[in-house]
Amino acid sequence: MDVRDRLARTVLGAAAAVASAGVLLIALAVTVEGWPALPHLFGAVWSPEDGQYGVLPLLAGSALVTLGSLAMAVPAGIGMGLFLSDVATPRLAAVVKPVLQGMAAVPSVVFGFLGLKLIVPWISRTFGGLGFSLLAGCLVLALMVLPTIAAVAEDALRAVDPALREGAYALGATPGQVAWRLLLPAAKSGLTAAVVLALGRALGETMAVLMVLGNAAAVPRSPLDPARTLTGNIALEMAYATGRHREALFASGALLLLVNLAVTQVARRAAGGRGVR
Amino acid sequence: MRPLLSALALAVSGVMVGLVAALAAGAAGSLTPGFLFTLPAAAGREGGILSVVLSTLWLAAGALALALPLGIGTALYLVEYAPPGRLVGLIRTLTETLAGVPSILFGLFGFSVFVVRLGWGPSLLAGSATLALMLLPTVIRTSEEAVAAVPQELREGAAALGATRWDAVRRIVLPQAAPGILTGALLALGRAVGETAAVLLTAGTDLALPRSPLDPGRPMAVHLYILAGEGLSDGRAHATAVALVCGVLFVNALAHMLLGGRRVP
Repeated sequence: MDVRDRLARTVLGAAAAVASAGVLLIALAVTVEGWPALPHLFGAVWSPEDGQYGVLPLLAGSALVTLGSLAMAVPAGIGMGLFLSDVATPRLAAVVKPVLQGMAAVPSVVFGFLGLKLIVPWISRTFGGLGFSLLAGCLVLALMVLPTIAAVAEDALRAVDPALREGAYALGATPGQVAWRLLLPAAKSGLTAAVVLALGRALGETMAVLMVLGNAAAVPRSPLDPARTLTGNIALEMAYATGRHREALFASGALLLLVNLAVTQVARRAAGGRGVR
Repeated sequence: MRPLLSALALAVSGVMVGLVAALAAGAAGSLTPGFLFTLPAAAGREGGILSVVLSTLWLAAGALALALPLGIGTALYLVEYAPPGRLVGLIRTLTETLAGVPSILFGLFGFSVFVVRLGWGPSLLAGSATLALMLLPTVIRTSEEAVAAVPQELREGAAALGATRWDAVRRIVLPQAAPGILTGALLALGRAVGETAAVLLTAGTDLALPRSPLDPGRPMAVHLYILAGEGLSDGRAHATAVALVCGVLFVNALAHMLLGGRRVP
């Protein structure tokens, strides 16, 4: 083998090694930095001033805002996918798709800002209170993950064999029956993949929810209560945290990574081992 | 069902257009050419966003300068050089897992390693290195797809003419894959420009004009977060948001033009 060829193989292999090491280094760094604080995370109160680092309220905040946003975004996203694959004329789809693509590209901090300026005041006017709430976080996050779900769902629905559709229509099925009884079940694994992808994004999102949740570190009792997520907590407190407090934030990061990987792995298994791109 | 889904599509598109319109309306009067080319003053209450725009560009350029060679190199190794078998699967699993890591964790990692342990402090360099790690999966995925799409006959033809593998990669595969790789670079650029959480912990929030890679800098996304969060200037927050969205959408539209209707890989 040529010398330069061998050199190229070595250099490119080194690049691949560095890229592969990335995720391991992240896991290692947050675990090492957070290790001493790990036993302190199991508590129901997060109050660094009093030396209490229980992550329960943060975990609850992350879980509720994620589930709440998916409850809104999954039906709407799959509906949009169905609209694009089976209802819209090509010309109409050519208008709606760029809107969704643009929406997917808008930075999360801009969604947070829009939530702060439009959704928070709207909630305050409609339901009273300050408006900074779990509900505001769910709405903002739902808008953010909707384009992802719609795009993946559209692909999955388009991949359903057209002959099945034609057969169903030939038997006299209505469009609603075709969608509900044929397309959605046939595209199930792809649709599950869309939900998994959205789940991972929602759980890991930081800025958009941070700006509208109100960030009280307590378990919310109603959708109108403020909440704080694991991610937002790190962004809020890292700038001034020292000592045990800083270790606790790193430990909560390690926990977030673990939860994120576990949830997406489990959901991926449920999707039938189909790769999520 | 059709009317229901059409109404849904109309509602979603309407909400999106409404949000953009509200943003633009809030920025009217504040977003002038001078705003982009004036330095901020009084913690962002006065003046423009020149230093903020420059910090954004430096951060993104630095991130791409690190992520592109590493990402394209990884893609070339995977497609052209790696022995078939478990190694390829392992590399792919690890880089795909990296794609699912929440951005705040990149921030924690960058803070721990680049800012503290390597002693770079909050700086453009630390921010760029952190962003680069975050962009790697995007660059690898798009480059790998572009490189794999180059017809096998071209490689065989090159080999038949006596070219080494590296010659074929350099002279034939890379030029053929260039548009696909460029698409990936643009998608990565869009993400780098809009990212907040990862740079908030690593690049600092200094408003001064950065003069070296070791100076801290405040990118546009962080500036918007601070202006809005601290209620410093509503008009300037809107103007910053509009400028940021325009930049990101422009870069993204270029990427989608290159993709020509195919979905983002």
